[in-house]
Amino acid sequence: MTSIVFWLFAVVLIAAAIGVVTSRNPVYSALYLVLAFFNSAVLWILLEAEFLGITLVLVYVGAVMVLFLFVVMMLDVNVEKLKEGFTRYMPIGVLVAALVVIQIGYVVWHKKMGLELVAEPVAHPKEFSNTEALGEVLYTQYVYPFELAAVILLVAIVAAITLTMRRRPGLKAQDINKQVAADPGSRVRLVSMKAESETLPPKPGGESS
Amino acid sequence: MIGLHHFLMLAAVLFSISVAGIFINRKNLIVLLMCIELMLLAVNFNFIALSRYLGNLDGQVFVFFILTVAAAEAAIGLAILVVLFRSRRTIDVEELDVMKG
Repeated sequence: MTSIVFWLFAVVLIAAAIGVVTSRNPVYSALYLVLAFFNSAVLWILLEAEFLGITLVLVYVGAVMVLFLFVVMMLDVNVEKLKEGFTRYMPIGVLVAALVVIQIGYVVWHKKMGLELVAEPVAHPKEFSNTEALGEVLYTQYVYPFELAAVILLVAIVAAITLTMRRRPGLKAQDINKQVAADPGSRVRLVSMKAESETLPPKPGGESS
Repeated sequence: MIGLHHFLMLAAVLFSISVAGIFINRKNLIVLLMCIELMLLAVNFNFIALSRYLGNLDGQVFVFFILTVAAAEAAIGLAILVVLFRSRRTIDVEELDVMKG
């Protein structure tokens, strides 16, 4: 059962990754990447990392990939022009990828390097909570890195907003500093002028009251 | 039976596909960012598989932090991309040679 699930989702994951890399339209790439994230989440749950599997779906598929799709659809890039160098770099890309696979495969798959000595882990009992175990480590041993991660996210928010914000001229927006700094002298100008003495001529046809 | 080497090999294949993607998609910065996300996913795969097979939860904590940093990186990268497209009207990597690099 485990091997069926593994092979099914691993094959779809690899196919989705190839789709991300080779598809002509960036929108398709983003959707293939969503598929890849879903399949990895299932494989992570197979490895009993339930919390991270669900986090992957929520954070990546729910937030990051939606952001990618927004940007892809917002920028009207010329897709045909972007694919011109596709075949030119194809051989070197495939060559490097094949080298990486062969080298890692030689170590991990062919020679195994003692990997078979790693015992098959026993499944956790039904009451075991992966989230609870992770939380216990995260809030005791790794509490300072956790705070730092929060700061990194804050920096990311500030950086993304300051980068993309632009002030268009003629926009009616509040300027708080200018409002607070205003004093009566700059707002109201008193002009002394003579009072008028002449009476206005009566309107033609209008009755006087 | 599925062993540790199956997961490590899957991560290696995933990583090499995204390396090839960085070579192939030289014209499109968005797909390059997606390839980087795919690479980080492959690294996370290694962490989680080893965490499971060695019975040590620290690997999952590391994956948690990698996810955080990757989300921040994607947000800032896309913001830079939007600013770039606004000023240059292109996201072709080979045309971004203002600094003569």
